[in-house]
Amino acid sequence: MTELATHIAAPRPQWRRRRVLPGFGLTLGFTLTYLSLIVLIPLLVLFFQAAGAGWPKWWAELTNPRTLSAFRVSFGIAFLAALLNAAFGLLIAWVLVRYRFPGRRLVDALIDLPFGLPTAVAGIALASLYATTGWIGRPLAAFGIRIAFTPLGILVALVFVGLPFVVRTVEPVLRDLDREMEEAAALLGAHRGHILAKVIFPPLVPALLTGFTLAFARAIGEYGSVIFIAGNMPGITEIMPLLIVIKLEQFDYLGATVIAAMMLVASFVLLFAINLLQGWTRRRQGA
Amino acid sequence: MQIPRVALSVLALFTGLQVLASSQGIADSTLLNVSYDPTRRFYAAVNKAFAARWEAEQGEAVRVYQSHGGSGAQARAVIYGLEADVVTLALASDIDAIASRAALLPKEWQRRLPQNSAPYTSTIVFVVRKGNPKDILDWPDLLKPGVQIITPNPKTSGGARWNYLAAWGHALRHNQNDEGKAWDFVGALYRNAPVLDTGARGSTITFVRRGIGDVLIAWENEALVAANEVAKGDLEIVVPSLSVLAEPPVALVDKVVDRRGTRALAQAYLDFLYTPEGQTIAAEHYLRPTLPEVAARFADRFPKLELLTIADFGGWAVAQKTHFGDGGIFDQIYKPGS
Amino acid sequence: MPDSAALTRHWDPVQPARGRISLPLTERAVVRVLLIAVALLFLTFFLVLPLVVVFVEAFREGARVYFAALAEPEALAAIRLTVLTAAICVPLNTAFGLVAAWSITKFNFPGKSVLLTLIDLPFSVSPVVAGLVFVLIFGLQGLFGEWLAARGIKIIFAVPGIALATLFVTLPFVARELVPLMDSQGTTQEEAAITLGASGWKTFRRVTLPNIKWGLLYGVLLCNGRAIGEFGAVAVVSGHIIGLTNTMPLHIEVLYNDYAFAASFAVASLLTLMALVTLGIKTVLEWRLGAAATTP
Repeated sequence: MTELATHIAAPRPQWRRRRVLPGFGLTLGFTLTYLSLIVLIPLLVLFFQAAGAGWPKWWAELTNPRTLSAFRVSFGIAFLAALLNAAFGLLIAWVLVRYRFPGRRLVDALIDLPFGLPTAVAGIALASLYATTGWIGRPLAAFGIRIAFTPLGILVALVFVGLPFVVRTVEPVLRDLDREMEEAAALLGAHRGHILAKVIFPPLVPALLTGFTLAFARAIGEYGSVIFIAGNMPGITEIMPLLIVIKLEQFDYLGATVIAAMMLVASFVLLFAINLLQGWTRRRQGA
Repeated sequence: MQIPRVALSVLALFTGLQVLASSQGIADSTLLNVSYDPTRRFYAAVNKAFAARWEAEQGEAVRVYQSHGGSGAQARAVIYGLEADVVTLALASDIDAIASRAALLPKEWQRRLPQNSAPYTSTIVFVVRKGNPKDILDWPDLLKPGVQIITPNPKTSGGARWNYLAAWGHALRHNQNDEGKAWDFVGALYRNAPVLDTGARGSTITFVRRGIGDVLIAWENEALVAANEVAKGDLEIVVPSLSVLAEPPVALVDKVVDRRGTRALAQAYLDFLYTPEGQTIAAEHYLRPTLPEVAARFADRFPKLELLTIADFGGWAVAQKTHFGDGGIFDQIYKPGS
Repeated sequence: MPDSAALTRHWDPVQPARGRISLPLTERAVVRVLLIAVALLFLTFFLVLPLVVVFVEAFREGARVYFAALAEPEALAAIRLTVLTAAICVPLNTAFGLVAAWSITKFNFPGKSVLLTLIDLPFSVSPVVAGLVFVLIFGLQGLFGEWLAARGIKIIFAVPGIALATLFVTLPFVARELVPLMDSQGTTQEEAAITLGASGWKTFRRVTLPNIKWGLLYGVLLCNGRAIGEFGAVAVVSGHIIGLTNTMPLHIEVLYNDYAFAASFAVASLLTLMALVTLGIKTVLEWRLGAAATTP
């Protein structure tokens, strides 16, 4: 409202007008300082140290088969986990929003558990469950399926940590969905499958993609819950954060820094994508 | 929700003071012993006995803090500033790294204490399931088809490097020192390892608790603790024909003890490890004592086998560079994903 | 928005109406039951069972061992350190969240979205990387290492390092909750207060805070949960000095590695209880006030 009035009234550049609310300089200054001290400067240091390693070292690290394998493992399994979370997250959000069943509110509350549960706790719990001596691992082992210590184990851990993301981003959109459109489509003779695919699903896509990317980003960097259930075998079950730790332990600080910088670049790209998608979602919802 | 600002600032002040207080670190009658993975129970017992003795002799209460982890990881931590008064690691190469990369102790540290600064020794043995179903009796049996071997990652674990050298030594011995054959043997061994944990203790847990693998190559003391205490009755120890004498060394970290003024205390702590009391505690925790009278007393606790020493591999400086350094033999044998 | 052309394509006025008029407004009952079953099964495997196994394993050796594990001096030290870390990080990041949200939502300036992205950065950075950056800066071989060592100031491998790493990792939580909430609330109420003569500080306390208090509480709870449970970042900077620089998650690893499985699950169960309590508070808030109170 006020913005509209201002636009009409004064053609001065927006950020030069006198502000009604006080504290702009102070709060922005504090925000930037705090952020710089805790996050930005340390990350810049990382980049500078990595850059100081020189291009030959970068290239050696980038093309090292072990690094490439770790990339593949981390990104590949995180991608699969995010896909699983997208599919099941959509299903769970649907079931929670559209249906009524006993215990629905309890289930809804439980979804946030991976957000609040420490990763180490998740790690030992999942390792215990899915080992060949565990509750789930033992019956599966009878079929020859091994989960702990295989890439499947990492998949399980990453699905766990990413579980709430898709559900929580899709739920509000589903809730706000206009039932009138569904009713109109039904009245016009569309059958349910058609309604689901053409009327209900499209508005969910931005939220779904946002949730997927959030789960993906989380899964790539995950450490605590994975190392208890992964086998740490180079090329098969060695994740990138673990490779960083191993390089540190081998006194290869430069190598560790280079890999960390690469992960950081990937994180930044994903973050940018997430913010774009969230903006898209907000615009779609407002429309 | 309207917590008064005063209360918040008091809380902030209090936590600030707490932080300051704890950042001053450990007070003067304390020591930090940075050790490798399998020695937790051993040093818990040593610290108790040493504290009692020091109090009786000097009238001062002392507390020894412990930090445990893979030997390589712990060395890294000390290089990066973990204020260890003493380090008690798995192999000399890790302490050499502390000396060369951080100059925290002199390069000749190993000569300052008896027996190459190793108050106790150990060796490498095999652990198998009850009844030895795969019939593992010696090194060549490890390569039988279908046998899965559990051993840690030599890049991070000290024990893993002793394991590797024992395997290499055996292969050389039985192939007339043909390095190519040794290469093949060790390579095949690691290809049959489904999991490489970052530390010796991790491998033991994988084998014992998670039930993965048919044979575990482990420190003797790790194996004995697992077989006699943790999984009593479920495991058997198999002693190979040839193994390596593992000498986990101990050292004073000069720069730290001088800064903290704990040199006398730290020296006494290390000396305690060589006394009959210290040696007895070592034997009770399945570490081979070096003091002859204690060794004689516990002789039947430790199996007899032929042992190679690190000198047979050219010393740690050579062995570390040749086998475990970047691009060394292990890196070449063990290609990821192959 | 659905394509109206697509809808009309399927309109066939000649189609005979069956018996009674029923619109396919929801799936057939069989499909509904199936979907619910699949969803619940998925959640059981991935959510419920891990929760249950923590408590079962914790009590596997009996209640006496359980309580003894928690009463051990090293466990108590770990609990103290965890609580201390949370006590440092949560107020600081809450203050940051409030200030940042105020500056972002009540004013317009170029680069707002960049700032938002930067605040979100710790979310996508691997915790191990977070720990690594502080080791690179404050470790003995790092930027300030020698300077700090000469003055006897310990950051890495001591409590300040753990606090810094946790601060990094938990930075966005409160801000992320408050920004959309305050954004949707707009500036009109605050402007009215200012024009009526209230000072900025008074406006914030009397107008803004009451509006955002549940969102703030939610953000604080999330921040607290993460601060207590952080593992990767702290593992890199901690030094694992048992009884001194081990937080509860690290202590779990220590116990696990020392064959004390029941004890490690005992400590884990304590953390799980804290997480469940946090969840419970948040859920109760949402039931009482509706989801609208905590989300925009």
